[in-house]
Amino acid sequence: MTYLAKPKFHHPALETNDLGFTHRDYEGAISTLCAGCGHDSISSAIMRACFELSLPPHRIAKLSGIGCSSKTPTYFLGQSHGFNSVHGRMPSVLTGANLANRDLIYLGVSGDGDSASIGFGQFAHAIRRAVNMTYIVENNGVYGLTKGQFSATSDKGSKSKKGVANPDSPIDLATIALQLGATFVARSFSGDKDQLVPLIKAALEHQGSAFIDCISPCIAFNNHDGSTKSFDYVRAHNAALNALDFLAGRAPITADYAEGTAQPVTLHDGSTIRLRKLAGDYDIHDRVAAIGHIHRLAEAGEIATGLIYLDEDAADMHQRLGTVTTPLNALQGADLVPGAAALEKINAGLR
Amino acid sequence: MTPTDTSDPSYFHKVVDCQWACPAHTPVPEYIRRIAAGDYDGAYLINWKSNVFPGILGRTCDRPCEPACRRGRVEEEPVAICRLKRVAADYKNGVAALMPRAPDQRNGKRVACIGAGPASLTVARDLSPLGYEVVVFDGDARAGGMMRSQIPKFRLPDSVIDEEVGYVMQTGVDFRGGRRVDSMRALLAEGYDAVFVGAGAPRGRDLDLPGRKEAAANIHIGIDWLSSVSFGHTTSIGKRVLVLGGGNTAMDCCRSSRRLGGSDVTVVVRSGFEEMKASPWEKEDAMHEGIPILNFHVPKEFLHENGRLVGMVFEKVRADHDEKGRRTLVSTGEPDVTLDCDDVLIAVGQENAFPWIEPDAGIAFDRWGLPVLDKTSFQSTLPNVFFGGDAAFGPKNIIWAVAHGHEAAISIDSYCQGVDVTKRPPPMTSLISQKMGIHEWAYDNAIAPDLRFKVPTLANEIALKDIRTEVELGFDPKLAFAEAQRCLNCDAQTVFSTPLCIECDACVDICPTDCITFTANGEESDLRQRLTAPSIHPDQAIYVSDTLKTGRIMAKDEDVCLHCGMCAERCPTGAWDMQKFYLEMSHAGQACRSRA
Repeated sequence: MTYLAKPKFHHPALETNDLGFTHRDYEGAISTLCAGCGHDSISSAIMRACFELSLPPHRIAKLSGIGCSSKTPTYFLGQSHGFNSVHGRMPSVLTGANLANRDLIYLGVSGDGDSASIGFGQFAHAIRRAVNMTYIVENNGVYGLTKGQFSATSDKGSKSKKGVANPDSPIDLATIALQLGATFVARSFSGDKDQLVPLIKAALEHQGSAFIDCISPCIAFNNHDGSTKSFDYVRAHNAALNALDFLAGRAPITADYAEGTAQPVTLHDGSTIRLRKLAGDYDIHDRVAAIGHIHRLAEAGEIATGLIYLDEDAADMHQRLGTVTTPLNALQGADLVPGAAALEKINAGLR
Repeated sequence: MTPTDTSDPSYFHKVVDCQWACPAHTPVPEYIRRIAAGDYDGAYLINWKSNVFPGILGRTCDRPCEPACRRGRVEEEPVAICRLKRVAADYKNGVAALMPRAPDQRNGKRVACIGAGPASLTVARDLSPLGYEVVVFDGDARAGGMMRSQIPKFRLPDSVIDEEVGYVMQTGVDFRGGRRVDSMRALLAEGYDAVFVGAGAPRGRDLDLPGRKEAAANIHIGIDWLSSVSFGHTTSIGKRVLVLGGGNTAMDCCRSSRRLGGSDVTVVVRSGFEEMKASPWEKEDAMHEGIPILNFHVPKEFLHENGRLVGMVFEKVRADHDEKGRRTLVSTGEPDVTLDCDDVLIAVGQENAFPWIEPDAGIAFDRWGLPVLDKTSFQSTLPNVFFGGDAAFGPKNIIWAVAHGHEAAISIDSYCQGVDVTKRPPPMTSLISQKMGIHEWAYDNAIAPDLRFKVPTLANEIALKDIRTEVELGFDPKLAFAEAQRCLNCDAQTVFSTPLCIECDACVDICPTDCITFTANGEESDLRQRLTAPSIHPDQAIYVSDTLKTGRIMAKDEDVCLHCGMCAERCPTGAWDMQKFYLEMSHAGQACRSRA
């Protein structure tokens, strides 16, 4: 970490996005996490994704719970709305906010403790209800703030910094999200921004519950030999299913890949994900096969990363509930109180 | 690209843009930090060692360092390096006692220096403390050369020259003022072991136009007129003055005229305002004193009535560029312009002149009248004669003369000791970690967001009254501190250790100026296309690491690095470290000989 604020000077030839912002306009306060923390890289990837999508910062709401990961929203998007909730309760606060104002872009940031332990139930229900959000778990497999105990996502047999092996089975949040009906599921690695940034962009554009399990090595307590969440381990066992390029808007698809290796996927807003397959005939539209595939890789000690599952025609919570398109918090008295005549009509219909 | 070889002293030297640009390679960031710390003596001595005349240069230097300053690339204006140098000279307290004195024993070698300007005095200062008997000749009674004769006193008071020339003299130099050397052969016959020619470029160019002869009484050659003013022979000028020329001499001429009775002074230049040779700040100072600059006016004729100058005729031109980019001035076709005037000062350039060096003295000259010299040793075709300053390669400025003097002194020392003069001693360098704690450095790495501070000056009403009143007041210690804090400490180098890096990206994410990239290696032109932020100055180096674990390399564009140390503070493994690079040029002497 550093005590100094990041200097305001920037590169004189920084590119600007459609809103005239540079990527530095998406920054927040200086991070107080440990030097080299994977979470800071994820923050940086989020800023990059929002910059590249030209998202107006004031239309984004970032919500988090408790933990190292949940501190990070302070360190990015300083001009956005934010809510730091009770431990593990981010999903319900986010769901409530989304119900009240469907027009904001919701970004939930959580950790393995916040989502796989204390907030496991909350996580499950927010995914199950198809809340339109991007839910990122910054997964380091360790309780960093309390100095390195195993978390619920630590792999069985993974060693602690002191050399003790974890006796318990891990929770794999990505397959659980698949089972719960998430319509966008991905896994990535904080040390691979080329993969992570397009995934976050696609998740932000996805209309429905988008879940990203992002492995994020804890430099202080979980980056040693024997750990399965260290930089070296993840780099050595990263089985990327695909690589993707995110194309905003209806940009023409230029085929510069061998035929059959690039698969264009069009999203709701017309944006395109160009998927380059890396793992044979892996199909991102087959939920059941995806679960099996990830498990088989995990058995072999490999970590499946990339876009795991996508349902581009998903319906989100508001569509399921049939709410009005006007955000509920913007409805006026006249909309909410139809008047005596309307009440009379309703009452008559019930007689 | 091959991994950057940081053991080559020129690599990190180039990152310190100001020091690299300084002909004498003054360690600028180091002395600026001393000023910020209030150690004016230390700051002065660092300067004195490198450039001999900190007080003089702090007022008059042509400042090649400032356009090079990195601050100018990330903000609007560079650090006021030159005027900070003056601060060191103004507020120093106890340097006199530390200055070298004449040695007890001489080494038996005799060196003659011709001219007592900055080049000769530098040679004298470098050689005299080593035991050489140095004799300096000058036509003027007091030493200083053009620093004393041509720079107006309102820019550079005599007291400053006296002090700094005094430090040179007290090393035991034998100064023979008022003795102009008029025969090289005669001087050589006196049996000196080596002769250094630092006689400057003493001849001002004239303009041979109609009316020049008839109106000669009111037409003056700029540099001659300036020295006449300096020595008090000229104390007045007409009310309406035209100054021809666009260099710094022209600026001194017009500002001097304003102080000697010229109420209507105009500078007229052939070229465009932007192409003028004068430093931008000197043009600004002139205009601030109410002197207009007319550009694209080519002088055609002096007008005179009854043997008296009454005006000048100019042709109006514009600049045309041919397909090769060469500029020609072509007439606009507008009617000629006549400007009334009482006096004209011609400041259109200087020339070298060596009428006192006999053609058969053994010293060869090229077709431009400049001596044929070895480019690094400044040795002439006569092995015991060396040149430096304006006398060597034509008119430049004080700091170049000092740099030449240092090099010539090394050559003379080598020559007198029987060492090959083409063997040049390498500079002394050191690279020391600045880490004091987890996020604590031995230098102040917080970036001050301030814009450049202005140097306080006297109000025009007072300044223009007396030609000997110094117009600039200099920074006071408070302003000096604030300005010193603008320095980015470019000598605090970002040093990268490949084996320690775990490629966590923390440095890439934190870097405020997006200098750092982890990517696949490639040719330089290709790599420059793939950096995190575009490479906009190809002359600025890319620092390339060895191949990392993932097969990639770290590439850092040195261009706009703030040296804020954020990368090193964020680095979990210490792969980045901030290390102070100190480079000191070798000067003549035993230590230097042993290094060569």
